Parts: sequence; C-alpha cells; structure tokens
Amino acid sequence: MKVNVAHLAKLVNMPLKPGEIAKLQAGFDQTLKAVAHLNQLPLTKNKATFQVTKLQNVWREDKLQPDRGLTQKQALSNAKKTYQGYFVVPRVINYDA
Amino acid sequence: MMLNQLTITEAQVGLRAKKFSIVELVTACLDQIKTYDHKLHCFLTLNDQALNQAKVMDAKPDWSKPLFGLPFALKDNFLTEGLRTTASAKVLDDYLPQYNATVYQRLLNAGAILLGKTNMDAWAHGSSTETSDYGPTLNPWNTAHLPGGSSGGSAAAVAADMCIFAIGSETAGSIRQPAAWCGVTGFKPTYGRVSRYGVIAMASSTDSPGPLAKNTTDAALVTAVIAGVDPCDATSSPKPVDIHPQSLQGLSLKGKKIALPQEYLLGEAKDLVLKAAEVFKQAGANIKNVSLLDPKFAIDVYTLVQRSEVSSNLARYDGIRYGADRSAFSYQAKNRSLLGTFALSTGYYDQYYKKAQQVRTQIIAEFDQLFKEYEFYLAPVSPGPALKLGTGQDNPMFGEIEDRLVEASSVAGLTGLSVPCGFIDGLPIGLQITGPQFSEQSILSAGYFYQSQTKFHLQKPKL
Repeated sequence: MKVNVAHLAKLVNMPLKPGEIAKLQAGFDQTLKAVAHLNQLPLTKNKATFQVTKLQNVWREDKLQPDRGLTQKQALSNAKKTYQGYFVVPRVINYDA
Repeated sequence: MMLNQLTITEAQVGLRAKKFSIVELVTACLDQIKTYDHKLHCFLTLNDQALNQAKVMDAKPDWSKPLFGLPFALKDNFLTEGLRTTASAKVLDDYLPQYNATVYQRLLNAGAILLGKTNMDAWAHGSSTETSDYGPTLNPWNTAHLPGGSSGGSAAAVAADMCIFAIGSETAGSIRQPAAWCGVTGFKPTYGRVSRYGVIAMASSTDSPGPLAKNTTDAALVTAVIAGVDPCDATSSPKPVDIHPQSLQGLSLKGKKIALPQEYLLGEAKDLVLKAAEVFKQAGANIKNVSLLDPKFAIDVYTLVQRSEVSSNLARYDGIRYGADRSAFSYQAKNRSLLGTFALSTGYYDQYYKKAQQVRTQIIAEFDQLFKEYEFYLAPVSPGPALKLGTGQDNPMFGEIEDRLVEASSVAGLTGLSVPCGFIDGLPIGLQITGPQFSEQSILSAGYFYQSQTKFHLQKPKL
C-alpha cells in the first residue's frame, strides 16, 4: 500500500517542509507494514469498540451553562486578529478566479 | 531531610504540627527548581504567584482541605486559566487558557499550590519527552538518558524532589513509563475515572489523567481528589469513587490469584519482576503464569486508534481563535495527523481503523476472562531501563514499541500502577500492577503492600 503523502497533507491542511514528504513516506510504509500483523487475526465477527466503559447516550439539557461559557471578551482573548468583537478569518473565496 | 523531599503525608504532618510553614515548603521546592531545572529541564512555565498563595494560606489555614498547602507540578497539557499552556507545542506558544481543566480546578479546591507546568512530548505524541518543541527533559538518574514520556517533565520533577507530587496524563503508558524510567510511583486510573475536561486531547478514547508521586499512598491521596464524574466530560464515569487512601493497608493476599503474563516477561526487566512476584508469593498469593495476546497486536491497535484520534483532535488548530497557524506543527504531529487521516479515509477505514477497534474488542474480552480468575497481573512497565537521548529520533513507531507492555491495558481502559522494583546500571525499573476497570482501591492496596516490603521507592538520584 503506497500512501499519497502530498494528497493527504492537502486534505489535512498541513503545510510540509522540503524533505518531509520523503521522510513521512518512508515512515508510513514502515508503520503500515508493521500494523499488517492485525490481518493474522480472524475477527470478522467481532464488533468494534469505541467506548471502553460502555457508557451510552450521555445527554445534558440543551440550555446555557453560565458557569461554563466564555464571555465574548474571553473568547476573543487569544485571537491574533479581531474586528469589532469578531474573529477575523482568512478569505476562502477568491472572487478574482 | 529537606522539605521538598517530603511525601504528602509527611508534609501534612509537619505543616499541621507547625514544624514548618507552607511558605517554607513552597520555597524549598522553588529553590530545588532554581538549582536543578537548568540541568534537567522539567518545567516550561512557573507560577509566579505560588509564594503569594502560600502566604495567604499560612495566614488562614484550612486543614479540612485534603491537599492544603501542598505544592505540585502540572503537565503542560492541562489548561490553567491565565497561565501559559502549550502542551510543549510551538503552535500554542502564547496560549493563555480562559478556563481551568477540571483536574486542576479540583486540586485548587483541595488547597494544592501550583508550582509550574511541566515539559512533555509535544501534544503528548511520544514516550521520551524528546519530541517537545522546547527541547528534552533529562533523566535525573543519568542525564545522558531519557526520562520517558509523554509525562517526562512531571516524572523527572518528582524524582528530583522539585515538587511534593505531580500530575500527568496517559494515553498508553505516558504516566507509567516515565514513572518507571524515573523511579517514581505513577498511577493510571480507569478510563473515565478522572475527567478529561480541559486536557489538550491526544487520543480521546484512552486519555486518562493521573498522579506521579513519591509513593502509593500519595498517588491514592491525589487520585481521590481528582477522580469522579464531571458534567463537562460526558465520558467521565458516574460510578461512585471507591478510593480510600487511609485504608490501603491490610490487604490480605493469602490465596489471592495473581497473573504473570508470559508474553510480557521481556527484556532485562524480567528478572526484577519475577523477584517482585516473589514478594507477593511470600505473603500467600498464588502466582500463576498465564498467556495473553502477543503485545505486538496491542502496538498495532494502539498505533491506528491513536493516530486516527490525533488526526481528529489536531484538526481544530486553525490559528484563528488561538495559537499559531498550522505551519507551526512539528514533525510528529504531521506524521500522526496524516496517517490517522489515511486510516479513517474511505476505502481504508475497514482495513485499518475498524480492524483495530475489532481487535480492541478481543483484547477487552481476553482481560475480562483473565480478571474472572485473577485479582491483577504483574509485568514490567517497560522491558528495560531508560534509553539514551536520541534513541527514538528516527523510528516512526518509537513510542508505540517502547510502550508495548502497557498498551493493551490502555486500549481496554484498565487501571494500572507503576512502582520502582529495582535498578539496572543505576537506572530504575518499574513493575506494573494492572487490574480491571474501577479496581483502583485493590491496585493501590497492592502497590502499598509492595512498597511496605521493599525500599526501591525510597532511593533518590544524585543530582
């Protein structure tokens, strides 16, 4: 199995440095070869486990929790760019295209 | 003995008898940090309010609080309001959390005093603390060696007596392995026993916060404070907390069945673990060899589950709301995010992620069967002592391989303790005592018994 590292990096939105594609490629080949042990086990009847303590449907009421929420000022406190109480996000639509 | 060397119990006795003040206790820890941290690099950020808080507490003591006046170190993936929290990742270099992790809040409520935030593998992605974006922590027993990880800063800080206790988090080995390599006591509670709220997530289905301490009683005292259901973490368990630090003694081992998984008796640590098993046998326990699934399968399951969950958890870092943009991620984060995304993608999900979760079911079933008959099992935490710096740099699965003897228990959400059980070439070795989910009291009692019969946990590194 050959992983397309450049394609994955685009999907994950992860900028790579020169040389990293080759290093990641080699690492993925090694890792996927190693985890192929799993194919030695006959498991088709096993259900997959996602939650180990078997909790199910943990709900809370759909209402504000004032002791948990952040104020607008707090929410913006770590943002590099803000404008009139909002986060500034990079432009994702290119009108010139 | 210097004040910073005290255990929780010793410090409490001294404080209450007014033999020393909280300010003196905190000062002793800060002095130790000042003297040795430039050499070991356990801390990333110090709490400059620690002494002021100590003064306030000295003026108005409240001994009803279970950890009143006790200085501790906190792994840097726990959010601390207004105090820089980076998870050792440059992406979060200037991040100032707006709220506290539940674990931290509970420690504050219990009267503990934060000394500072400890170094770790960046995002907890590793078992060496060498992948920290801020440089490695060194092992206090020998600075040419790794402290283990990812909670390496916390483990080394306890070993070097820079704090009375510390907090770490474990996804698969990240408390127990650095505890083993640094010669301290590390406890991983059952998954969901301690809230993950406000802990920077690594693999959400196995992340478990827990203590690193100077002995088992201290580990129990801290766990009793931080454990319990949390409305902010839906995966925290609603089961009542059954941890009683004052009742660890008096465990009767007579006739109790303890398992020794043959597949886990690996490396140089094997002989020391067999000697440790003798200690339990002398007390009347019935030690039996058992066979478990080869740990190589647990490496595979853990690798796939963890990388998949990492890819989801690191997706949120956009550099817009907080932190730097995604170009600031270092190599391990890229490695894990990309492979995790691959394992979850259409066409490969069944082959990798789902298959891993199916084997996870098999691992859980095997443990269920084992614990029908046995109280717990004994094994090395790691096959050998702390490896040298640089060992893990070129292996894409270094952490997974180093942690192979604790991964099965982590993916099954079990509880386990690491206690020092001897030394090889002057470096400590850890014994794991691992039991079924929610058997914290039994496992801590077993650790207490072992430490009442041995003195390995009392040895200190020469700094």
